[in-house]
Amino acid sequence: MFSLEGITSTIQDWLFFKFNPTLALAIECVIVILLAIALFAALGLILVLMERKVAARIQIRLGPNRVGPGGIFQTAADTLKLIMKEGLTPDKADKFLFNLAPFIVMMVAMLLLAPIAFAKNFQIWDINIGVLYISAISSLSVIGILMAGWASNNKYSLLGAMRSGAQIVSYELSAGFAVLTIVVLTGSLQISEIVAAQQNGWWIFKGHIPAIIAFVLYIIAVTAETNRAPFDLAEAESELTAGFHTEYSGMKFALFFLAEYINIFIVCAIGATLFLGGWMPLHIGNWQGFNHIMDFIPSSIWFMGKTFFLIFLIMWFRWTFPRLRVDQLLNLEWKYLLPISLFNLLLVAVIAILGWHF
Amino acid sequence: MFLKEYISDVYNGVSSLLKGMRKTGYYFTHPKEIITEQYPDNRATLVMAERFKGEVVMPHDQNNEHACTGCTACELACPNGTIKVVTKFDITPEGKKKKAVDALVYRLELCTMCNLCVIACPSDAIKMAPNFEHSVFDRSKLTKILNKTGSKIREGIE
Amino acid sequence: MYNQTEVIKDTSELGAEGELIINMGPQHPATHGVLHLVVTLNGETIKKIEPHLGYIHRSIEKMCESLTYRQFIYVTSRMDYLSSHINNLGCALLVEKGMQIEVPERAKYVRVILSELTRIASHELWLGAMAMDLGAFTPFFYAFREREMITDIMEETCGARLTMNYIVPGGLMYDIHPDFQKKVKAFITQFKAKVTEYEDLVTNNIIFQSRTKGVGVLTAEDAISFGCTGPVARASGVSCDIRKLYPYDVYDKVEFDEVIETAGDSFARYMVRVKEMNQSIRIIEQLIDTIPEGDFVGKTKNVLKLPKGEFYTRVETARGEFGIYVVSEGGTTPHRIKFRSPGFSNLSALNHMAAGSKIGDLMATMGTLDLVIPDIDR
Repeated sequence: MFSLEGITSTIQDWLFFKFNPTLALAIECVIVILLAIALFAALGLILVLMERKVAARIQIRLGPNRVGPGGIFQTAADTLKLIMKEGLTPDKADKFLFNLAPFIVMMVAMLLLAPIAFAKNFQIWDINIGVLYISAISSLSVIGILMAGWASNNKYSLLGAMRSGAQIVSYELSAGFAVLTIVVLTGSLQISEIVAAQQNGWWIFKGHIPAIIAFVLYIIAVTAETNRAPFDLAEAESELTAGFHTEYSGMKFALFFLAEYINIFIVCAIGATLFLGGWMPLHIGNWQGFNHIMDFIPSSIWFMGKTFFLIFLIMWFRWTFPRLRVDQLLNLEWKYLLPISLFNLLLVAVIAILGWHF
Repeated sequence: MFLKEYISDVYNGVSSLLKGMRKTGYYFTHPKEIITEQYPDNRATLVMAERFKGEVVMPHDQNNEHACTGCTACELACPNGTIKVVTKFDITPEGKKKKAVDALVYRLELCTMCNLCVIACPSDAIKMAPNFEHSVFDRSKLTKILNKTGSKIREGIE
Repeated sequence: MYNQTEVIKDTSELGAEGELIINMGPQHPATHGVLHLVVTLNGETIKKIEPHLGYIHRSIEKMCESLTYRQFIYVTSRMDYLSSHINNLGCALLVEKGMQIEVPERAKYVRVILSELTRIASHELWLGAMAMDLGAFTPFFYAFREREMITDIMEETCGARLTMNYIVPGGLMYDIHPDFQKKVKAFITQFKAKVTEYEDLVTNNIIFQSRTKGVGVLTAEDAISFGCTGPVARASGVSCDIRKLYPYDVYDKVEFDEVIETAGDSFARYMVRVKEMNQSIRIIEQLIDTIPEGDFVGKTKNVLKLPKGEFYTRVETARGEFGIYVVSEGGTTPHRIKFRSPGFSNLSALNHMAAGSKIGDLMATMGTLDLVIPDIDR
């Protein structure tokens, strides 16, 4: 049976057999970096195409259909175009920060990739505070956005960046509380242990209503955190033209664009890991036969399937809802989501202490 | 009481959002509802409305004859000087001089497709054609002479 | 690398302390054309809006002075291009009134049906565009699907989809297409089936309601003093429907309600337009089966000459009262012509409505004003 775990261990064994441990580790690092970059490129292409196709289907259109069969090379062609475009820097912009910002946003997205378990035993860094690490790093992307907005020396960019700052800082709270509910249930911050705890059922099923509430809160909060509609105030096309990346063009713009989609992938991957069991197949109680069949599907496919389901959900939101106003956005967080998530956390704590979950 | 309102607020809000999502979800799962017309590909089957005002043409019959008498009614009716009628004098077999059209110059780039020239024409010599693919690389190509070379007026049209 | 003094100098040019001046437009996704708004902001809050016009001024009024009474009609299609048919109708009514031309009943019926179809098409486009202003992209396509049916009907009967120019003084340019009634009925069926979609996606949506309710309030007194007409004034409770107050063609024969809301906010303006679409359907349903047989154009002289004097007619376009004022010296062309376009007066209320609200509210307010820039600039 195909398994990523086998491939990685074979490569590792071979490297350690061939070279001394330090060199082997260095080579492993290079391989991981290359793989991460390749994954980014591939994800960018796939997600942008997916978004356009989903949007088209919802909007009773066909979507991209010219470049390649069914338009599958459309995003590749777009990337080619963006690479060839001139990357303009406005005259009065703060040139250093202006050019640095897209890379910071991109680097944050890359760092977040580390603790994600893509398949069984296929994880870059199984850090024992994985969830905390994710919460900490994901807050950093706001720095890149603020930097871009300020350095552009454009009023639209500045407004977009300020909105984004307020938004990400507030929604971090709900996202954090939603994640905490699962941590409370599992009793561990380590991603691999959270996944292992879901062997006999995903948390969204095992955790009763509080887990479902936490899941909904998590989805709403991360939609806001990734600046997606209906919370896309930082970009708000009809209000601020393009928000914080108004002045960016060419590949620098593409980096922002790519980072947005990578961020979506990462938050959805984390959501899938925490609530939907990560790479764990769907197991139902004592149905041995059913569970056995489910085990035959490779764990990487389980993980990707769940992640892309969540990504689809977020895209579905985007193409259905109008945008909120900035004060309503903050109202929603502080008056609705935060009280609910605090109450929910309390509920989960009670459930976990009394051992009511399965 | 406050709590009850709060909960009903949340419930109504979420249910209204779900209703919208059901609608968009319906269209996502029903690709038959797609209405895109793939224009350059469907050229063969594309049917334009017969009355569509695309450009002014002068129909010629198989003998290369048209119905234009060169009366300049269309030129007078046109609001933006799109049509210019250049007339000449034909010699009829009886030896009389008769006014006829030499060139009916039509400048498509100025035309607003208002149809006033067509209804002004007393002999129905010009009409609107449903052609709409007018783009050219050179603007001068849009200036057309509507009567074909060597054409003459049909018998019996005054 | 980082020149601090330069940055400080830049911001000090912005105006008073803490103010930020943004030029929205002439190229901005929300202004739907070349409208230029100079918006003074304090953070996210709008302090003042100053519309700058003239980017698409074509001096249509002056142009009309050199065109005959048959020719000047087509120009009005280029003003409020979304209700071009109604504009044309207004001009034709003026010439008919001035010269006492009898219009056949058939032409009157068809004119009213087409006017109402134009109104629905305009409101459909507005609905989609406004939802898009508020960030919902999908209703735009659903609204355009229904609008497409109307433009197809227009294309078949009038020969054009947007700038119809189907009306001549005295009646219609040519008779309706044989399929006209069938297609209009098909459209009515489709529209009634699909109008619930807008309710699900837009009207009942909690985000949409919270974005529009209580936003951009215009009181009845202000609506009158700013000269607002059409759905904008009716949403504030001002009865101003020309079709009811000064009926033209066959509007006095049909039954319909003048839609009036009293809240005066963006949501009320939205509801007025949505309900107006249903009223238009009601009007069309009453007329479509009873189009009388007969001529489609009355007897007119070849050269039209308005008698010496001043003439004014008004029609209710999708945006409000469209008035045409002509001073005639008795010649074949108008001596002076003045168009009273609804968009211009409605725009003048924008500063009053949006000052003090957030940038997001400006989009809702501007969206529900339903501005068509060539109508404002002419």
